Amino acid sequence: MAIVVNRPKLSFLENLYFPGIIKGLIITIKHAFKSLRGETHVTMQYPEEKWDAHLPDYYRGAPTLVKDEHERERCVSCQLCEFICPPRAITITPGEIPKDDKWGKVEKAPKAFEIDMIRCIYCGLCEEVCPEQAIYLRKDYAITGTSRAEMVHDKEKLYEIGGVRTGLVNKWNELK
Amino acid sequence: MLAAIDLFFLVSTMVKIVFFVMVVVMTLVAYTVYAERRFSAIIQDRVGPNRVGIPFTKISLAGLGQPIADGLKFLLKEDFTPKHVNTFYYWLAPALTMVPALMSAAVVPFGSEMAIPFGDEIYRVPLVIADINVGPVFVFAITSLSVYGIVIAGWSSNSKYSFFGGVRSSSQMISYEICMGLSIIPVIMILGELNLTKIVEAQSANGWLLLPAWGNGLSMQSWLLLIPVIISFVIFTISIFAETNRLPFDLPECETELVAGYHTEYSSMKFALFFLGEYAAMIIGSGIIVTLFLGGWSLPFGLSEHLLANKGGFWGIITPLIHFGCFMSKVVAFLLFFIWVRWSIPRFRYDQLMRLGWVFFFEIALANIVLTAIIMVVLR
Ligand code: SF4
Ligand code: SF4
Repeated sequence: MAIVVNRPKLSFLENLYFPGIIKGLIITIKHAFKSLRGETHVTMQYPEEKWDAHLPDYYRGAPTLVKDEHERERCVSCQLCEFICPPRAITITPGEIPKDDKWGKVEKAPKAFEIDMIRCIYCGLCEEVCPEQAIYLRKDYAITGTSRAEMVHDKEKLYEIGGVRTGLVNKWNELK
Repeated sequence: MLAAIDLFFLVSTMVKIVFFVMVVVMTLVAYTVYAERRFSAIIQDRVGPNRVGIPFTKISLAGLGQPIADGLKFLLKEDFTPKHVNTFYYWLAPALTMVPALMSAAVVPFGSEMAIPFGDEIYRVPLVIADINVGPVFVFAITSLSVYGIVIAGWSSNSKYSFFGGVRSSSQMISYEICMGLSIIPVIMILGELNLTKIVEAQSANGWLLLPAWGNGLSMQSWLLLIPVIISFVIFTISIFAETNRLPFDLPECETELVAGYHTEYSSMKFALFFLGEYAAMIIGSGIIVTLFLGGWSLPFGLSEHLLANKGGFWGIITPLIHFGCFMSKVVAFLLFFIWVRWSIPRFRYDQLMRLGWVFFFEIALANIVLTAIIMVVLR
């Protein structure tokens, strides 16, 4: 069935176009003056203005490794994060902890831990899967580099960004 | 003696061409593009280009370096000629749009006569490149040439979008050229003059056509004639919009239907020439409107007459410069108006455009001539 859409009946003034055009011009110039006076919300001027203070707690930035309150590496090289990582950004080389070390009972720690930040999609699955709460997504988002090699975060760099997190999993303390 | 004067004429004309066309108009073109982007941004509550300033420093000057960077970018981009085009016409078209726009700058008076004392003699230089007696007619003749550039571009590109753009452009130009020509006949009737310099001088002494508030302008006749003048002004301005392919009449390059219209197949500097041509035409169009209706270079309320009365070496140079500044500020104001309109009004549909040109403006312009004649005869 055909649906008939009636055209709206325009009054004489509307048919003249000019009042409508002038109305439109007034609207746009009002916006122009408002933006000149800075009363409108415009795009943030990024490098000068930043949103860092408003980042929510659940913000997912760069994944990093953290140490616990005894300066122990939390990561035990279980490699769960390496397996779960959808784009395979994580590469772990597991290593032993020498028996005479204070944390010798933990057995393992990563010898090398690399996250390729070109691959990482900031999904947060590594953080979720980690049984030791050793890997966290921090609020750093401006990860830049001038070469591919520079974009691969090694263990040192990961700990540097990650820092220390206290009071999470303390199951190794009693085995000390 | 004669040879010396001729040489002087030659040199001064060259200087004027380089100064007005190359320096003033070209710079203005670049900065109109910038103004367009900034103005549209503030209208739409955005920021616009505000970064490019002095290279290798953090000084951004509110983005004033942007046009230069854009120009460099156009020069450095790959100049790509598609395989399927007709190369000769494809190369010819951008020049054909650019050149007429700049040529019509020749008759626009941009300042009063300059008197340069040199040795014992005083050299008089009228600040217009070609002081000819057919001003507006010359402008119409030349600007209508620019449609060839667009049509040739559309045809030689060998692409349906370009072709549509070219065809639309030609029919649009024809419809609006007529209204444009008819709409300034009342102006010519009132002023009885076709020489743009004299038109400006008459307005300087007796009130602008749109503001007859001093000199002989303070008469019943002038104020009654304001009615046809305003009608002329509106029709002429709208026709200039159509003539320069500006929104709301940018059907030849209407993005939503025709990709980019007649310049779809163009890239790098050839595309930039179309761009420059459009903006140059806009500037010259504003110049013509200002010259015909708003007293060209003259200051309002007869102030120009006081300035011109000051004779003597110093004033002979200063006065024209003041007038040049006045002309430029009027043109810039008009350009801002052009931009303002572009970012406020949506594009007309094609049949609406044709109807507006042929059914309304054509008739109104004709009736307007008659009205002017009646007023002039009755109130003689
Ligand atoms: S955030 Fe996602 S993509 Fe990035 S390293 Fe962790 S699991 Fe891989
Ligand atoms: S970061 Fe966590 S999940 Fe990844 S290897 Fe270390 S302990 Fe296992």
